[in-house]
Amino acid sequence: MNNLISCKDISASYDGMNVLNNLTFSVNEGDYLCIVGENGSGKSTLVKCLLGIKKIDSGNIIMGEGLSQTDIGYLPQQTQLQKGFPATVKEVVLSGCLNSRGYYPFYTSKEKKSADESMQKLGIFDLKLRSYRELSGGQQQRVLLARALCATKKLILLDEPVTALDPLASAELYSVISELNQKYKIAVIMISHDIQNSVENASHVLHLKKTGYFFGTSNEYLKSEIGSRFI
Amino acid sequence: MNENLKLMFEPEFFRAIIFPALIGGIAVTICASLLGVTLVLKKYSMIGDGLSHIGYGALSVASVMNLAPLKVALPVVIISAFILLRLNENNKLHGDSAIALFSTTALSIGILVSSKAGMTNDVSHYMFGSILAMSKEDVIISVAMSIIVILAFIFLYNRIFSVTFDENFAKATGVNAGVYNMIFAVLTAVTVVLGMMMMGSLLISSLIVIPSLTAMRVCKSFRGVVIISALISVTSFLIGMFMSLLMNTTPGASIVIVNAVFFIIFSIIGKLTVRN
Repeated sequence: MNNLISCKDISASYDGMNVLNNLTFSVNEGDYLCIVGENGSGKSTLVKCLLGIKKIDSGNIIMGEGLSQTDIGYLPQQTQLQKGFPATVKEVVLSGCLNSRGYYPFYTSKEKKSADESMQKLGIFDLKLRSYRELSGGQQQRVLLARALCATKKLILLDEPVTALDPLASAELYSVISELNQKYKIAVIMISHDIQNSVENASHVLHLKKTGYFFGTSNEYLKSEIGSRFI
Repeated sequence: MNENLKLMFEPEFFRAIIFPALIGGIAVTICASLLGVTLVLKKYSMIGDGLSHIGYGALSVASVMNLAPLKVALPVVIISAFILLRLNENNKLHGDSAIALFSTTALSIGILVSSKAGMTNDVSHYMFGSILAMSKEDVIISVAMSIIVILAFIFLYNRIFSVTFDENFAKATGVNAGVYNMIFAVLTAVTVVLGMMMMGSLLISSLIVIPSLTAMRVCKSFRGVVIISALISVTSFLIGMFMSLLMNTTPGASIVIVNAVFFIIFSIIGKLTVRN
């Protein structure tokens, strides 16, 4: 099993407060890691550190061979301003190809093909020319997920992907994510509030607390003291 | 009415007054509408308005102290643009109230200084603009600016889209969003200062906001919004200019009214096409 990302003893602070303390965990090819924890436990800070947007105070983040931090397919939390944005699905998905290109102003046919494939994987190819703002919440998340796929070959990072969705749309999105993980062997890191559902799908769990943390497989988590308390 | 028209096409008058005004005006409207697309979508619309008031303050102070207006106003407005964008990013002081705070203060300073110096008339044309009084230098700067903005939109189009649509994702893919915001701040500041000489500080924000809002009523794609808003703003400018010369109305206000009419028409078209 190839290692994609491994964090060794990382610490980071937010607004001068120490939120991550000596955290160690790793994600291997094909893993599905679910990161849970209460508000303020450092989930968002961890995401920024993994993406390289934020510097860690100490420790190491080691990326697997041939992978850099900009090659992580990221699905950020949706902002209010995006919901009414005038852009076609195609434009949004293509913008995921930005990390692998120079300053040539137009997208190449290879990039367009990769965008098409991502849309097909997520079942939104027929929405290609629709405007993003006309889509339902679940469809919008799929579009953003397709964009994340364009940015990566191996690893996607999802920040609370189901927060704004109704139960049906959430369930659909979970099954799409599982499919990406199992069928296409893409490793998943998912931040979630929805502990029950996420742990069910995940292979590993990282539970952040104000003091200490748990990291292990989902089975270990369910048997652990902290896991049994939350589920 | 016909006399106005005749005067307009008098070769000498046309060459000296109308032609530079048209060229400079088209250049500024293109800049304002292109930058406006990003500013409106990022909910920074009021920045243009705030900056124009700050620019008014700076221009008033400059003319009272007998300094070259552009050389004072440009740096002041560019620095203010940086500060306002920064304030918008960290949410401690809310962006919109920060803009109100800065712009009204700067406006008041401008009014106080110019009224104390008894020069209210001299600076009042910055309030309402005087497009027919654009100097050759103003026109050259405007054209240079618009070339820079258009080139930026062609060569950085995909990155501009990404930063506008989703700054967090853009950062994660290695786009330096901070640099793009800074570029936008500088370009917006320069456009605002040039635009306020033409449209007046009261109306320049309309050049930034209305064309992109209008385009968004009907366009489904970002590319469409960018192209249509540039076309609308140039068209409105030409119609407004022609009207003002024909009927002897204020150019700035006429152009804004034409823009507003386009907005109404496009809103109706947008509503109708959605229903079908």
